[in-house]
Amino acid sequence: MELICPAGTPASLRTAVDAGADAIYCGFRNETNARNFPGLNFSPEELTEGVQYAHFRGAKVLVAINTFPRAGALELWHKAVDDAVAAGADALILCDIGLMAYAAEHYPGTRLHVSVQAAAANPDAICFYVERFNAKRVVLPRVLSIPEIAAITRASACEVEVFVFGGLCVMAEGRCSLSSYATGLSPNMNGVCSPASHVSYENAGGTVVSRLGDFTINKFGSGEPAAYPTLCKGRFQTEVSTGYIFEDPVSLDAATLLPGLRDAGVTALKIEGRQRSRAYIENVVRSFREALSAMEQGRAVPAGMLLAMSEGQSNTLGAYRKTWR
Amino acid sequence: MKLTLGPVLYNWEPDAWRDFYFRIADEAPVDAVCVGEVVCSKRLPFFQDPVPEVVERLASAGKEVLLSSLALVTLGRERKQTASLAREADLLVEVNDITGLTHLDGRPHAIGPYVNVYNEATLSWLARNGARRVCLPPELPASSIEALAKCCPDVELEVWSFGRVPLAISARCYHARLHKLTKDNCQFVCGKDPDGLPTDTLDGQSFLAVNGVQTLSATYANLIENIADLADMGVVSCRLSPQAVDMVAVARIFRDVADGKLGPEEAQHALELVCDGTTFSNGFFKGACGAEYRTGAPAGPG
Repeated sequence: MELICPAGTPASLRTAVDAGADAIYCGFRNETNARNFPGLNFSPEELTEGVQYAHFRGAKVLVAINTFPRAGALELWHKAVDDAVAAGADALILCDIGLMAYAAEHYPGTRLHVSVQAAAANPDAICFYVERFNAKRVVLPRVLSIPEIAAITRASACEVEVFVFGGLCVMAEGRCSLSSYATGLSPNMNGVCSPASHVSYENAGGTVVSRLGDFTINKFGSGEPAAYPTLCKGRFQTEVSTGYIFEDPVSLDAATLLPGLRDAGVTALKIEGRQRSRAYIENVVRSFREALSAMEQGRAVPAGMLLAMSEGQSNTLGAYRKTWR
Repeated sequence: MKLTLGPVLYNWEPDAWRDFYFRIADEAPVDAVCVGEVVCSKRLPFFQDPVPEVVERLASAGKEVLLSSLALVTLGRERKQTASLAREADLLVEVNDITGLTHLDGRPHAIGPYVNVYNEATLSWLARNGARRVCLPPELPASSIEALAKCCPDVELEVWSFGRVPLAISARCYHARLHKLTKDNCQFVCGKDPDGLPTDTLDGQSFLAVNGVQTLSATYANLIENIADLADMGVVSCRLSPQAVDMVAVARIFRDVADGKLGPEEAQHALELVCDGTTFSNGFFKGACGAEYRTGAPAGPG
């Protein structure tokens, strides 16, 4: 299985390549990608250099252009596709039908990967992208169990990539407007979720209150670490109960499931976190490279090897375990 | 301006569900009505029996009837349901997940608000693929709606104009999770909340509403003050999404404003009475936070 690693900067790209990534994914420094954070991402020139660095060392570069182009501003997204191809990208990771049509028409020789933001969650939806746009790979949304993934790989005429580590969307990706409901900025349109520009923390008598826009997302007592207020991982109250009603502040770690994912026919494993530091990238990539080596040699994959890297210091197998639902 | 009643998103009692549509057929001044389960495939069996009589009653009353498909398709039975709906329906199918397009094979259809139509290229592609009407994602600002209406005047564009805004869909059922049940043995607890389960911040501020696997806004979207703007842009229809309020009254208010018989201010007051204190929002349309209600002209492109 290929190991697909995030890079938010040229330095991270080099770090991930050196740490053993088979492919790096990254995006341009604008709203065309779903990690449109200040200080992150690549200029066209940086991408060209990054591709050269990776190719020289046998690694690939996949370019994520995975927001939905804004009406009246298609040129920005077309330019991103043009620039990625010109830089020598090995594949484009796209979610918008109109943009896929553009890429398939203008660059039929460039591999098209269906982004997780397209939420193609079954063989029929995947078939649509394969037949209409000649998609070569689909990144599955984080809503499927391993047997369901196996059924998809059996029935689909394209490669399957799944997330194995990092931040975890609990909603079907590309179909969530929670962030823009609270802040006006969304993953689909702006490439951000629960953006830092709208986050505030307030200390009220020993209780830390985290807010997103006008809404309280969580409260932390003394001694409790104040987690970042990602909307779907906040504490809320209903007449039934109060707490983490959508998801606890956990992140995904499917390292122990690697053999199951391999047996399910998965082609590529994806690590989330283009916004993460070089040290984080290096540690996670090396750990997964070791886990893959262990698996190939028939050794057990060590559990919890990356626990300290996770959000809130705890992790989950997410939807890969069916009872998560 | 036409009015379209969206599908009931909540798990209503089958009898109440049927009677709701009968009353809509008899009394509501809407042009089209969507029928079908969009949120959870487990609820579908409850509505299969009353669907034919509901469709017939609506059609006899002169309403165009659309059959809405599931918004998230992962299980084998959900694929089969989507395939048979797309292949066999005599009526126009409203596709809420790309899955449906595979089976429609270019035949005329509608695109629902759960399909991501954000720009002219995607709208044009879908129109060439057989989309006759498209209900746009509720997240779109006025500037996008205007650009889309200009680019494809042959497609009937519809805008989410009344009712809680669908904000997210998941494989996980939050109703079951809250009641400490598994999804497979959920006991259909979502039926306890016919207008969604109010979900507040820890400060008691109204925020969201849980509806099984779906998360909606606590506010009701309300574009009653913007019907003239929508018409000017070339929008053909306003979508009214059923809530547990008098939807016939809601439809009449929208109809009267669209026909120039009622001013937006009076209409707003009338809607407030019908909705019994639920807060309204139009922030998405205004290019702001979705939860806000803003008066005045929408923000320009940007």
